[in-house]
Amino acid sequence: MRRLLLISVPYLWLLALFLVPFFIVLKISLSDTALAIPPYTPTLDLGAGWAGLKGFFAELDLENFWFLTTDDLYWKAYLSSVWIALFSTLLTLIVGYPIAYGMAQAREEWRPTLMMLVILPFWTSFLIRVYSWMGILSQEGVLNQFLMWSGVISDPLMILNTNTAVYIGIVYTYLPFMILPIYAALEKLDISLIEAAEDLGCSRFQAFWLVTVPLSKNGIIAGCFLVFIPALGEFVIPSLLGGSQTLMIGKVLWEEFFNNRDWPVASAVAVILLLILIIPIILFQRNEQKQREAEG
Amino acid sequence: MAQTAFAPWDDPEAKPLIEFRHVTKRFGDFIAIDDLSLEIYEREFFALLGPSGCGKTTMMRMLAGFEPPSAGTILLSGQDIAPVPPNKRAVNMMFQSYALFPHLTVWDNIAFGLKRDKLPKEAIEARVAEMLKLTRLEKFARRKPHQISGGQRQRVALARSLAKAPKLLLLDEPLGALDKKLRQDTQFELMDIQEKTGTTFVIVTHDQEEAMTVASRVAVMDEGRLIQVDTPDRIYEYPNSVYVADFIGDVNIIEGHAEKSGDGYEVTFAEGQPKLRAKTANGLRGSGRCYLAIRPEKIAISSQEPQDAANAVRGVIDDIAYLGNLSTYYVRLDNGKIIKAQTANTRRIAKRDLTWEDSVWLSWTDTAAVVLEN
Ligand SMILES: Nc1ncnc2c1ncn2[C@@H]1O[C@H](COP(=O)(O)OP(=O)(O)OP(=O)(O)O)[C@@H](O)[C@H]1O
Ligand SMILES: [Mg+2]
Repeated sequence: MRRLLLISVPYLWLLALFLVPFFIVLKISLSDTALAIPPYTPTLDLGAGWAGLKGFFAELDLENFWFLTTDDLYWKAYLSSVWIALFSTLLTLIVGYPIAYGMAQAREEWRPTLMMLVILPFWTSFLIRVYSWMGILSQEGVLNQFLMWSGVISDPLMILNTNTAVYIGIVYTYLPFMILPIYAALEKLDISLIEAAEDLGCSRFQAFWLVTVPLSKNGIIAGCFLVFIPALGEFVIPSLLGGSQTLMIGKVLWEEFFNNRDWPVASAVAVILLLILIIPIILFQRNEQKQREAEG
Repeated sequence: MAQTAFAPWDDPEAKPLIEFRHVTKRFGDFIAIDDLSLEIYEREFFALLGPSGCGKTTMMRMLAGFEPPSAGTILLSGQDIAPVPPNKRAVNMMFQSYALFPHLTVWDNIAFGLKRDKLPKEAIEARVAEMLKLTRLEKFARRKPHQISGGQRQRVALARSLAKAPKLLLLDEPLGALDKKLRQDTQFELMDIQEKTGTTFVIVTHDQEEAMTVASRVAVMDEGRLIQVDTPDRIYEYPNSVYVADFIGDVNIIEGHAEKSGDGYEVTFAEGQPKLRAKTANGLRGSGRCYLAIRPEKIAISSQEPQDAANAVRGVIDDIAYLGNLSTYYVRLDNGKIIKAQTANTRRIAKRDLTWEDSVWLSWTDTAAVVLEN
């Protein structure tokens, strides 16, 4: 009985926090817009009994999904989101790996402190941190002022409101998600393996490439997924740091909901986004499981 | 054996392959290697023996290039190797912890070093196959290290270090996890490889029988210092200290007072006991306190008083340890001292004429004991 209870907890969690909201969104995506509160029909009227239920289902259709295919905007936004998420994941990996490596190489007594420093930004509000980047990157911002003062450039750079600013924002925000799993993998690495590789004729770099990198592979994969998945649906960063040409599906979604008040189309966008995300999530789960098997 | 003729350490002309010159290694305040000087010659099979933590692995690691000496120099073929990084040294090491690459198969582990040498594919395949055969791992070539047993892992580590046929091979307890049969076979394989390739081996072992079997010379270490470096037979027969005598094999140590007499010493060790006679080449610094070290197998045991034995003492059998081929008798002398005597069991156990509580005589010649100062 206790066992059953214990097992049911995660499933109840999944049901309450994922499946129920998902089905609500799915239902809205199959509805039609209406000038009402909530702004769609039909709404389920349990008072009408069996006939009401039948009528309710009869009114649901895939019209909104068809609509998404008629306008270029949507598939372009999906594609551009995937591209931005992929590219910023790669950037985060390039920035995060050396940091994680450095942390794992640091003296034992320093490691908790370094870990603390990586997590520290989470202690302030995410919005405030993104706003500070606006202050740094704008034309009169700290970065441009510094570069002009030091004479590297004579005219201020246009960074804010471009995709570059979005990349910077994503890399900055999600860096800890990349660093921590890689660090966990590197910290476990037995130093004598590197020595063995060098003993067998590897240079430092070869030993890194042939031993350290493969053995931190699982950390890299976990980190990439942890960055890619939230980055794909990211809304705050592209709308605050990105420009008018920055096209991301999270932004489109927001505009459908709040500017157009078209909940059904917005829900359809969300459902598709989720379906796109399910592929990497399943891959991620598979990787985690493989890793557990290899270790167990 | 052929090794009787092989003794470069006695040849003043011979150039050592490895030379430790006053090498000290400190870890913080702790002195792991203490002003150690040592010469190891080409084609030697050099065994390091000593208790846990005495610095054997540290010496290996300095040779492989993972630890720089804190003081002193290490020469390889006359060259100071301090500036040479590990991957440029013609030295391969088998790690005590094996250090197998967990993400590679057994085959790839063994091929790892060969691939770094950019050998042609066929050459690598042939060499790996040879190593797999030698270590009897053919069946496991495609497995990962976590899918094989501890002894198999040890063999992979051995095969990996042998594969490159280096000039100097460092083996840190290479055979500890193997069963006796396989261990003996591998020992002979190692000696065979050594003979064929002329590789110099430095091997750490906790098994003195192994050191005796394979080594051209044995170094007994304690707390970062060399206590004695000598051929196995000399280490056994002529230990230079109680420590070495006690560490290698079984021994009776009798403490006493020595007085010079003729070409040897007379040792008084207890009241009411006859003086013990021992001839010795290496004289004591004078008369005085000394220790006699006598191997149990050099002591004869009999129920009658032996005729014209240089040394004979009386006692009572306290205990008998039956080891199959040998039996060790623990004989208590009148003063309570226990002396071990060992005899070969040439007869079946039922026919043995000595048993517990029998009064017996122990006797040995005047050359059986080694006189040691401390
Ligand atoms: N990196 C290190 N830092 C501090 N002390 C060390 C380090 N490496 C070794 N030591 C110490 O140096 C001494 C010698 O170690 P070493 O590994 O050479 O022993 P060993 O003779 O190989 O022992 P064993 O037979 O148990 O393998 C030990 O007391 C050990 O604690
Ligand atoms: Mg050791």
